[in-house]
Amino acid sequence: MLSQWTFLAIFLPVAFVFAAIPIVAGSFLGPHKPNAAKQAAYECGMETVGDTWVQFKVQYYIFALIFVIFAVEAVFLFPWAAAYDQMPLYMVMEGILFLLILAGGLAYAWRKGALEWV
Amino acid sequence: MPAMTVVQIIFVVTAIITFLAAIMVVASPNLIHSALWLVLTLGGVAVVFLLLEAAFLAVVQVAIYIGAIAILVIFAVMLTRQVSTGLASQVNRTWWLAAPAAVILFAGLILLFSQVAGFQGLAEPLVKEPGTLVVDLGRALVDAQGYVLPFEVASVLLLAAMIGAIVIALPPAPVVEEKST
Amino acid sequence: MDVFFRDPFGWVSRTWNDLLTGLGLSSELATLLLQLVGAVVLTGIVLTLSGVFLTWLDRKLSARIQDRLGPNRVGPYGLLQSVADAIKLVTKEDITPDGADKVVYNLAPLLAIMSVAGLWAVIPFAPQLIGTDLNVGLLYLISIGSIGTLSIIMAGWASNNKYALLGAFRTVAQLVSYEVPMVLALIIPTMLAGSMGMGDIVARQRDVWFVVLAPLAALIFFISSLAEVGRTPFDLMEAESEIVAGFNIEYSGMKFGMFYVAEFLHAFTISALTATIFLGGWQGPGAAAFPLLGLVYFLIKTAFVYFLLTLIRFTLPRIRIDQMNDLNWKFLTPLALAAVILTAVADKAALEAGWSRTGALLAANGAIALVTVLLLGRHARSLRRRLEARVARATGS
Repeated sequence: MLSQWTFLAIFLPVAFVFAAIPIVAGSFLGPHKPNAAKQAAYECGMETVGDTWVQFKVQYYIFALIFVIFAVEAVFLFPWAAAYDQMPLYMVMEGILFLLILAGGLAYAWRKGALEWV
Repeated sequence: MPAMTVVQIIFVVTAIITFLAAIMVVASPNLIHSALWLVLTLGGVAVVFLLLEAAFLAVVQVAIYIGAIAILVIFAVMLTRQVSTGLASQVNRTWWLAAPAAVILFAGLILLFSQVAGFQGLAEPLVKEPGTLVVDLGRALVDAQGYVLPFEVASVLLLAAMIGAIVIALPPAPVVEEKST
Repeated sequence: MDVFFRDPFGWVSRTWNDLLTGLGLSSELATLLLQLVGAVVLTGIVLTLSGVFLTWLDRKLSARIQDRLGPNRVGPYGLLQSVADAIKLVTKEDITPDGADKVVYNLAPLLAIMSVAGLWAVIPFAPQLIGTDLNVGLLYLISIGSIGTLSIIMAGWASNNKYALLGAFRTVAQLVSYEVPMVLALIIPTMLAGSMGMGDIVARQRDVWFVVLAPLAALIFFISSLAEVGRTPFDLMEAESEIVAGFNIEYSGMKFGMFYVAEFLHAFTISALTATIFLGGWQGPGAAAFPLLGLVYFLIKTAFVYFLLTLIRFTLPRIRIDQMNDLNWKFLTPLALAAVILTAVADKAALEAGWSRTGALLAANGAIALVTVLLLGRHARSLRRRLEARVARATGS
């Protein structure tokens, strides 16, 4: 089974190298004339004021968190779904119970307004 | 020393990379760099899972840890303001006490582990028949004689985590003028 | 000749093996080299295809939809336009903004391409032609896609630019949110096929495609993939008129070219994935006997979905970010959850009661669709009533 992954071990570095070749070619073929104006951060033509820091809204964190919960849930459900053909109905209901508990969590988040975009 | 198989060589290389990345997570002064070294560490662990023939766990490791938790960690790091300064020293004043203690603890753990039977030979693949791994896992998760209770408890745990995080993290709702009243 | 047509890929690998072992190499090394050649060919085809052909196709299609001609100067029908653009991008100056984190800044476009190209390793093109038939193929797709998300945060942060960072946050929030219904929708084909491997999923669609058995899942997967790629109507990620270029403001020259190619390639990849998982991949009349025919069917289906995608892109306007958010969490995710639950129950019930499987699943999907439409209608009516009350209050009082 490990042999299934050798293709990937070859493929991913090959893809990486293929992507790197045009970039490296670009750095050879393009001009190199750095000056202060070109290298300043782009702000639609204005000068940058203050350091590079953005008020990070906690909303982003909540979305990422709900994604983590649902991703873990999906990871539990994939084997359940793969074994679906060999399961009697009560086992299917157990999986559905799992899903419903987390759907309840989503409903809670909805009611509390955690899913609004600030 | 007997010649090592390819798998063993890959394991040694992966272990060294993971170990170094883990050290860099702690030693790097820039928090975002630490997060990225953490991504490399988690990737190394995924490769180790692969070498143990647990392909499902390897893919889950990448999908959940690197794809979800690392992003969560990076978001959390960006919630703080000290990200790019990186001027704080990485060692505190009592490092001359802490370093030997850590080394002694590590040596003690290695000694303890080497007594356990499972650590004394070559690692066998975790799964005897990797072809039906996922289906067997799925059946075991909902089997009444299997792991159905931990399965359902896990969902309650996830629910608790979600509710707890929302209660803590949610900003207080602004007062909105209701149009229907 | 007959052997070649009946099993072309087996013939190729056997010939290669014989050739190399005849030269004295061991059989494993020969297989390894075959995989290397296959990887290079696949990457080459995939990257040049997307870089050259797809961008031209996109511009021509958009032009025709918008009642104009599109590129027609460079080469016949403007086919060499993308080549000219690529040459232009390569000769542009590579400006690195000061304060940028060099390693992370340079790594981000490479990781973006690697993550999208990695998706092609598990797609079955023809009965014997697949990069590697992992038995955890669907989860592999999700995990490789998440590396692309990571590369966007890296790009946004490493640019040392407020707007890049802001754009990266919004983009990643969108990508991460839309992965939830996508992952939930992928559980349904796993249930129907009994396996997570792509080869098994295609093999199980011999009699009836999964788009017939699970139309809702296909729809949810298609819509969330559109959002994952960042195609209109979800292209807030690179809304040129709003936040300039979003997370790739500070990228110039070929690095920007790599992000650009990654986006087009990703769009083509999800067309291929939709065609594989829901439209039956290489299945078609005569495909099992003549694998090359399977390859042709696969390409036709992928092209069809890509055409659909482009049509949607140039027809619908961009939706606002809060609308997009609501669409995901309040519509797609509950719909996906309901679809999984009802599909699981309906399939088992049909099995135990002896009904037709297709009929039961179609009935379940239809029931969900009906309930959804009714709920949406009620919601729209209540919104309208509130709006009219507000207008009446404003003008009446």
